Amino acid sequence: MNGGIFDIPSDLQNTYWGLVGLHLRLALIPVVAGLLVALPISQLCVMLRWLYPPVLWVTTILYAIPSLAFFVVLIDYTGQTELTVMIPLGVYSLVVFVPAIVDGVRSVPQETLDAATAMGLGPWRRYFQVQLPIAAPAIIAGLRVATVSSISLVSVGMLIGNQGGLGNLLNDGMIYHQPRLVWLSVIGTAVLAILADAFLVLVRILVTPWMPRGNRKPRPVDEPEPESRPEPAAAALEDAVR
Amino acid sequence: MIRIDSVTKRYPDGTVAVDNLSLEIPDRSITVFVGPSGCGKTTTLRMINRMIEPTEGRILLDGKDLAQQPVNTLRRSMGYVIQNAGLFQHRTIVDNIATVPRLLGWSKDKARARARELMDRVGLDGALAKRYPYQLSGGQQQRVGVARALAADPPVLLMDEPFSAVDPVVRKGLQDELLRIQEELGKTIVFVTHDIDEAVKIGTNVAVMRTGGHLAQFAPPAELLSNPADDFVEDFLGADRGIRRLSFFSTADLGLLTTPIVAVDSTAEQISERSAGDVPYLLVTDVEGKPLGWSEPARLTAGAVDPERLLPYGRPFEHGKESLRAALDGAVLSPTGWAVAVSADGRVTGVVSQQTIGEAIRAAHAEGDPDGRTDGRTDAKVAG
Ligand SMILES: Nc1ncnc2c1ncn2[C@@H]1O[C@H](COP(=O)(O)OP(=O)(O)OP(=O)(O)O)[C@@H](O)[C@H]1O
Ligand SMILES: [Mg+2]
Repeated sequence: MNGGIFDIPSDLQNTYWGLVGLHLRLALIPVVAGLLVALPISQLCVMLRWLYPPVLWVTTILYAIPSLAFFVVLIDYTGQTELTVMIPLGVYSLVVFVPAIVDGVRSVPQETLDAATAMGLGPWRRYFQVQLPIAAPAIIAGLRVATVSSISLVSVGMLIGNQGGLGNLLNDGMIYHQPRLVWLSVIGTAVLAILADAFLVLVRILVTPWMPRGNRKPRPVDEPEPESRPEPAAAALEDAVR
Repeated sequence: MIRIDSVTKRYPDGTVAVDNLSLEIPDRSITVFVGPSGCGKTTTLRMINRMIEPTEGRILLDGKDLAQQPVNTLRRSMGYVIQNAGLFQHRTIVDNIATVPRLLGWSKDKARARARELMDRVGLDGALAKRYPYQLSGGQQQRVGVARALAADPPVLLMDEPFSAVDPVVRKGLQDELLRIQEELGKTIVFVTHDIDEAVKIGTNVAVMRTGGHLAQFAPPAELLSNPADDFVEDFLGADRGIRRLSFFSTADLGLLTTPIVAVDSTAEQISERSAGDVPYLLVTDVEGKPLGWSEPARLTAGAVDPERLLPYGRPFEHGKESLRAALDGAVLSPTGWAVAVSADGRVTGVVSQQTIGEAIRAAHAEGDPDGRTDGRTDAKVAG
């Protein structure tokens, strides 16, 4: 691999593909953790209506904290470790997930829930067999936003001692004045984000064969339109602005 | 039998939705709750499967207090159908129908086989089995809702305005289908509607409720139409209850005339023979005996009958099966004032004048309450 396009400085003690793996690890573990924490919080917000607005405030405030500020606070406790990068990313995912899941679960028509209750489905069955599957498109939409933003945010981890996956390459590129490394970092991150997003779109299509799609027969007119789902593109845009 | 015993439901905000309601819902019959919006029909229905608990009083199923029974077991023994069907949009049609059997622990194969059987029973094409609800029309979805409720063969079926979101033609089809299924299965059906015509058509007994959750009258539909308990019920029944009541009188005893009928290929002698006496019109049929139209005898020329120039014969009624209402309707629809009676295969069995129908109505009234109830009542209702 000498002189190859994917060669990287030895101070990173890794190969390019090793960095890609590291990057994914740093980005995705927080997303999964965020999802697991968001599920029970969201369900509580659905059951206790009054809880949702305060939870929303708190998450919005958390979202407003710049990642750098997060690192500064965390570094005293968790040091220059992966955890210091993952905690803020996890919190950001949580912030995306809670409203996505709450809206998704709330979009389940009352009639459907009544029918489930009337057929003798208890609260757990109702949640796992009816609410969660019907909320799946909204949850996956949230998952796309969280995943893409997490992949792009990991790079910031370079600031706390090479914990930024491909971001470290960006750092080196600037130090050694090697544009190739900068491109490797930026393009690599973008490709990862696009692939991850495409993968999630595929998952959405596979798990929701029941959703009306463009080339299929439209919903009968006497049926209400399904609740509109949060558009991941719009959310991602907001994210980019931030 | 379901016994509602002095039940009152007061919501936390103080609304009294049902006020001291007592009535008995007999087995193997359709009991309809009807009344204006907000009179407590849904609340009453939902107290039967304990989606809502009564504030006072109790409900007994076969003598046992509902409150003592495990709630989910109870619900699985009662089918439930609602407006817009409330299907699980994320499950295929078979899996929607198989829901309760699966909950009861049936194997997937057995539950699906049962689901397909039910699709057949409610008149759904088996090809729809693997579709999702959004790919079905409103009427088809409603049929799936009924099939789903029947899947585990529950003795009780609760239906809350099941057909009110579909157009009138589809609704009529669904009502007829329900009556047919009921004839086969004999469930204890509690049916909620705000449509009095629907109530009269499908109910064995009808409970008319009034705002505030009061029971205004509980009676079989024919009695409701002939003896409304008070002004409210009378008002609710609407202006033409006299006509609608005719749905409960059979045409079996109606005297038919068979003379003034000629086939389109009749000879001149046959025509003159048939118009003997003083019949003002002759009914012309095709060679199979199906009606074509009326004509004055003088205008008929053997061998040159132009079906285009005959007078319309209105809507024929099925003799013995349809009600006096259908017969009267047929007579009123034809400019001749005569109704055409046909057999099940559409062949003319006779004709009858408005005057004769009027006499039959008077005779039926003279017998007191319409008591077609003992025979042919359901038939008359299905068809009339
Ligand atoms: N959860 C609730 N809390 C307070 N009041 C309620 C509640 N549910 C129903 N009500 C009230 O109770 C009354 C009866 O309601 P119900 O739903 O039983 O009426 P309904 O006869 O089914 O009407 P509709 O024909 O419109 O469906 C209404 O005045 C309604 O506003
Ligand atoms: Mg109602």
